[in-house]
Amino acid sequence: MNDHDNNLPAVPEGDEPVPNPGLPPHHWRPTDVDPKAEKRAERQVAAFFGVATVALLGFFVSYFAFQVGDNWDTIAGLGASNLMLGLTLAIAFLCIGIGLIHWARKLMTDQEIVELRHPAASSEEDRSTSVGLVLQGVDDSGIGRRPLVRNSLLGALGLVGLAPIIMLRDLGPLPGDKLLHTIWKPGMRVVRDVVGTPIHVSDLEIGDLVNAEPAAIFELDDEGHHVVEGVELQIAKSKGAVILLRMEPGEITPWKGRENWSVEGIVCFSKICTHVGCPISLNERTKHHLLCPCHQSTFDLADNGKVIFGPAARHLPQLPIEVDDEGYLVAQSDFTEPVGPSFWERDKT
Amino acid sequence: MSIDTSKVADTNATTPAKASKPNPIGAAAGWADDRLGLATAMKKQIRKVFPDHWSFMLGEIALWSFIVLLLTGVFLTLWFVPSMGETTYQGSYNQLRGIEMSEAYASSLNISFDVRGGLLMRQMHHWAAMLFVAAMMVHLLRVFFTGAHRKPRELNWVIGCLLLILGTLEGFTGYSLPDDLLSGTGIRAADGFMKASPVIGTYMSFFVFGGEFPGETIIPRLFTVHVLLIPGLLLALVGAHMLLLVYHKHTQWPGPGRTEQNVVGYPLLPIYAAKAGGFFFVIFGVIALMGALLTINPVWKYGPYDPSKVTAGSQPDWYMGWPDGALRIMPGWETHVFGVTISWNVMLPILILPVVMFLLLTILPFIEAWITGDKRDHHILQRPRNAPTRTAFMVSLMTMYGLFWAAGGNDIIAIKLGLSINQITYFMRAAVFIGPAIAFWVTRRWCISLQRHDNDLLLHGYESGIIMRSAEGGYSERHLPISEARSYTLTARGRDEVYVPGSGVDANGVASPKRGVLAVLDKVRGRLSKVMYADNVQKPTREELEEARHHAEHEHTLQAGLDHPAPGHEFDDHALRTAGDVPLRGTASSPSAGSGAHTDDTDQ
Repeated sequence: MNDHDNNLPAVPEGDEPVPNPGLPPHHWRPTDVDPKAEKRAERQVAAFFGVATVALLGFFVSYFAFQVGDNWDTIAGLGASNLMLGLTLAIAFLCIGIGLIHWARKLMTDQEIVELRHPAASSEEDRSTSVGLVLQGVDDSGIGRRPLVRNSLLGALGLVGLAPIIMLRDLGPLPGDKLLHTIWKPGMRVVRDVVGTPIHVSDLEIGDLVNAEPAAIFELDDEGHHVVEGVELQIAKSKGAVILLRMEPGEITPWKGRENWSVEGIVCFSKICTHVGCPISLNERTKHHLLCPCHQSTFDLADNGKVIFGPAARHLPQLPIEVDDEGYLVAQSDFTEPVGPSFWERDKT
Repeated sequence: MSIDTSKVADTNATTPAKASKPNPIGAAAGWADDRLGLATAMKKQIRKVFPDHWSFMLGEIALWSFIVLLLTGVFLTLWFVPSMGETTYQGSYNQLRGIEMSEAYASSLNISFDVRGGLLMRQMHHWAAMLFVAAMMVHLLRVFFTGAHRKPRELNWVIGCLLLILGTLEGFTGYSLPDDLLSGTGIRAADGFMKASPVIGTYMSFFVFGGEFPGETIIPRLFTVHVLLIPGLLLALVGAHMLLLVYHKHTQWPGPGRTEQNVVGYPLLPIYAAKAGGFFFVIFGVIALMGALLTINPVWKYGPYDPSKVTAGSQPDWYMGWPDGALRIMPGWETHVFGVTISWNVMLPILILPVVMFLLLTILPFIEAWITGDKRDHHILQRPRNAPTRTAFMVSLMTMYGLFWAAGGNDIIAIKLGLSINQITYFMRAAVFIGPAIAFWVTRRWCISLQRHDNDLLLHGYESGIIMRSAEGGYSERHLPISEARSYTLTARGRDEVYVPGSGVDANGVASPKRGVLAVLDKVRGRLSKVMYADNVQKPTREELEEARHHAEHEHTLQAGLDHPAPGHEFDDHALRTAGDVPLRGTASSPSAGSGAHTDDTDQ
């Protein structure tokens, strides 16, 4: 018989090799029997509480005495206000805590007491009474005898559960084709990401990497306001950010149809990682490899942005570029595939 | 005892002190009891006994850091503005003045630089969150290693697992709120995770972000989740966890006088009220110290979130590190079939692995109970060595966790140790499978060896360090018996029975042969039971102990006269002459049971 009786505590069997010797005798502490030790402990506890009081007063003083603001590294790289408030608060709480524990350990009784356990289960009698009462209630309601009432109720309740789910519909718009396009348009200039100035082919030396954005996000209207701003701006950046890298034209091994996507060895790739969407920013200059700092996916920009290491599954989308009349870099078109992380419907484009 | 102890406080006696005179407190208590009837509940609980052991304080650390989180969190909500509306920063921090940013980020800076004590509360809040999750995990390990998850506490284990996962989510939603560059990168990754979900991924992303990432609703929505939804659930579950703890009464370690039917320790009032209350202040103090001295999440250094920017070495908070590690070492698998994209490289490590691990953790007590068939209540804890397979299983899970976690810092490891990140990644891909297997085997054998050592102690006594030379010139070490209390403690554990398939019986006690799937399951159970128990070392029986004792006595007779100190060592403080250990079942009468006062809240 391997299965044991329900609900019984695991009682040591009769053949226990060593009998239970019972609770060990209680030993008196010095504070129990030596009035001097007792007094000393009392003074120690009070001293802890006293220090806590002083520390709290220090906390109040610190609050008014030390300035906040941008001097957050006054003392050893830490702000004076933060440091003093924190230290005084810590001392106060630690002293109250230690005082309380010291009091419990030295002055309160340390006789262990014994309490009996009861099984977690109710008694058999209570169980059967409860079951009886439930059955009686169910019977009273007649739910078993009146299937019409029961089934119509179940139907209604089922729909009740649907209501809050329906209500969540307006959490956001449907994706539509939003993920398939970015703000890039044919002829849009590729500009520096912070200042927004256009990039001339001659600005880039071999090996230079430039973080760039579509010119549209810096565009101003007649009154000098940004055309794209707020959420639109963030979305445009989250999909439109690109990397420009110049290498020896001979190093580039374009796929079929991509032969004219670069300009004199300058290639332009999406900056958004195809893994989970971090902006890629670490350049291995000599190898034209680009590393994502989040999960270390590595892409080869000379070889069409192919993944050469890491968890990303797809190459970086490339932006076809050309030169406009003034010699500045512009996009030939939008990206030819969705940028950023994969999603279920990605191939249905 | 010659010491006068008559004046010593002995409030642990069975008769409670009587209130002497009517006083205002008594009157107030009476007023309240007339309406609430609290005295009935209080009389049972106010002197509730809790056993003492350092490992029982681990869960308490989690509880108290949760209270610190609530207190500091309320403070932060008074200034934090959960909005992604754009504003130009005009606060005290020079380097960001005049820069466009979200109101959430601007208010985080405001709390850090212009609200007195704001930075302290922010740092305490973050440190407390780190501590909260860490303490929950260590507490979980303690519970599992000591078998405290067994009947009747399985449901409290499940609640604990829910607390762990909710605490982790609460942490993620919290550190995402300041809308700085680092937290924004985390949300960006979360968007990628959502989009990797099959079928509904894209819709989920659009619904959560209120449109296309990053949108302008994610911060306010996360804020509601962080300050209302999850804390509410956490509070309710912490309450349930505590209620069940009180109802089941705390487990205790085996020892003289401690049985499955009692709990030995100190009463809630005053001892545990003071100790646990004091411990709250200590935890609060330690967190305040960390907030004062250790900078955490300096959002002002990261700048506002910009989807086209990122910092090198981006890391989530530590408890999110292990799925991130799994994500990093996952090969780039993606399937394109029937016009849909299945991103295994994101789905497996982030959406499936954590869920599987969490579910496995949650059902561990039920799996164990199924294998052992043990339906008894357990209140005496087991030492980890006495459940070698269980201990080894958790150690192998810990090893896996640790390796995933280390993989989450593969870039940091590569930089600090000057290693190739590619090689670290390839190594980790294999290590997360091989490491746990090695850890399992080593831990299991280690535990069994320790069990053997315990039996040696029981049967042959401890090594006294006394080397004796016989007349023939042979050397031997003298073993002395361990104390009766220690022997009892070492033997206060059950005997493991390997389940034999087909030996199950039905409700009427009649052997019922199982068929089909049930028969297969029965066989699996038998095999698992064998793995779990067959190699364990069982405690000696009474006969074995008797025999060992006779043997030892015989040995001692032979050794009589040999145990005198060597010339020149007569006055060494020799353990042999000062041994305070009571010989096992020696002539000295054992101390009478229950010398402490005995209370009982039953109607015994």
